[in-house]
Amino acid sequence: MVQSHTQKLKKGILYFLLCLSALIMLMPFVWMISASLKLDKDVFGYPIVWIPSNPRWQNYRDIWTTIPLGRFIANTTKLTIIVTFLQLLTSSFAAYAFAKLEFKGRNALFLGYVATIAMPWQVYMVPQFMMMRSFGLNNTHLAIICLQAFSAFGVFLMRQFYMGVPDELCEAARIDGMNEYKIWALIMLPLSKPALSTLTIFTFVNTWNDFLGPLLYLTKMELKTVQIGLRMFISQYSSEYGLIMAASVVALVPVLIVFLALQKFFVQGVATSGLKG
Amino acid sequence: MASNKTALKEQLVAYSFIAPNFIGFAVFTLVPIIFAFVLAFLHWDGANPIRWAGLSNFIALFDDDQFKAALKNTIVYTGGTVPLTLVGSLLLAVILNKKIRGRNFFRTVSFFPYVASLVAVAAVWNMMFNPTKGPVNMMLHSLGFKNVPGWAADRHWAMPTVIFFSVWKYVGYYMIIYLAGLQSISAELYEAADLDGANGWQKFISITIPQLSATTFFVLVMLTIQCFKVYDIVYMITQGGPGTATLVLVYDIYNKAFISWRLGSASAVAMVLFLLVMTVTLIQFKGEQRLR
Repeated sequence: MVQSHTQKLKKGILYFLLCLSALIMLMPFVWMISASLKLDKDVFGYPIVWIPSNPRWQNYRDIWTTIPLGRFIANTTKLTIIVTFLQLLTSSFAAYAFAKLEFKGRNALFLGYVATIAMPWQVYMVPQFMMMRSFGLNNTHLAIICLQAFSAFGVFLMRQFYMGVPDELCEAARIDGMNEYKIWALIMLPLSKPALSTLTIFTFVNTWNDFLGPLLYLTKMELKTVQIGLRMFISQYSSEYGLIMAASVVALVPVLIVFLALQKFFVQGVATSGLKG
Repeated sequence: MASNKTALKEQLVAYSFIAPNFIGFAVFTLVPIIFAFVLAFLHWDGANPIRWAGLSNFIALFDDDQFKAALKNTIVYTGGTVPLTLVGSLLLAVILNKKIRGRNFFRTVSFFPYVASLVAVAAVWNMMFNPTKGPVNMMLHSLGFKNVPGWAADRHWAMPTVIFFSVWKYVGYYMIIYLAGLQSISAELYEAADLDGANGWQKFISITIPQLSATTFFVLVMLTIQCFKVYDIVYMITQGGPGTATLVLVYDIYNKAFISWRLGSASAVAMVLFLLVMTVTLIQFKGEQRLR
């Protein structure tokens, strides 16, 4: 009897802590949505009115005309899809050779990849920028694509997965007369769906949320991505609170949808990165 | 002869797999990395001819107040963010590893700040922590606090504000790593402890913590490196200010390179960042060998 009381108390404390942390995690999001439906003068009203009596849906109509938000979203979507596609294709392609084929210089090349994983981009962003500029890639989307699409991380992740696939599978296919390209396309790719999903969501979230890259390379309005476009809007119209919050909600939604859809793979990806280390 | 030919063909096939990624990787990553090391020893403003600088870019850093502030702030930021995130993510993971109702909901919620785009959540934070009219200070006022913090606008509170925000944003990510670590602890250890009559706290101290040491080590290293590289959070919460209160290394690199176009100096600061990260990576490397 006493036992069950302390047990109940413990559970109560546990839930209290959990709800508190969930509150801290969620509060900014709820406040954001609530503020996005208010007039600027009502945003900071206190006590907080969580559900505005007269929700101002107008904010969600106005942001599309106040800033070229549609353009920004189209740019970001285009960049994210191209980068993710190239990343998946080229990394799984290269990883197959690193995991399943013998060739001269394999270890040296792979070491080159691994060594740069620890190298922060911020260390070489300046010379990279100067190089891109001399290629005439400043203020082009191609710059961002080149920057993001060939990461060492992708090759590393895919190779780890392919190492786990038994060699006999490839051997058997070779005996059946399949060439390497066919083995990659018909056997390895379908097998590596979990790894590909993990890489997809990582690349998607990174590219969609990337800030410093686009900030350096994309200064023309018509090229901007959601993140830097939104940031520009915030610094220019700093008192249009309702509109800023509505634009922020719009910028958040795509990533949250992708995240909720692929959550399982994301969590697995993060978890394995920890176990490997 | 024929076998030589097939061997060559095999090699070419292998290279054809590597090439698409490697060419992009070499041109856009390897070459700039090499260039970065060279640039630190040069004077260049991006337009006029390049001049040799020797070690002068590095020597100038000793008298550079911006750099010194940036180095100090980066270390303070790391020293604040790493332990808080570590403890927070461990606690969350331990609670969320128990069989409780709504576990998945709570896990997803903790992960939200990590995936949410920084610009958007930073905008909300700035409003919520607005010193004069934000809801956080309003709440503190109504709870009876007289001197409420000025948060991002105050010289002393700016860094804590950036740190709080970082912890909030990253705690969910490291929680996932800890959860994976917890799930790999054998249940038998806990059963044996139960037979010995250990209570929850004793089990946590003598089983959970030691069994998680490899995970903690990994989290520590990842977090430290991530903190050394911080830029965008600072840019959005405080713009490095007030004054130089939250100026960090990457901010200094950015300012030197793209505001004052002293590319050599910027690269010299980048080398300092590289050394910091490299040191931590080497410690990780050594540590991993020991843990194995």
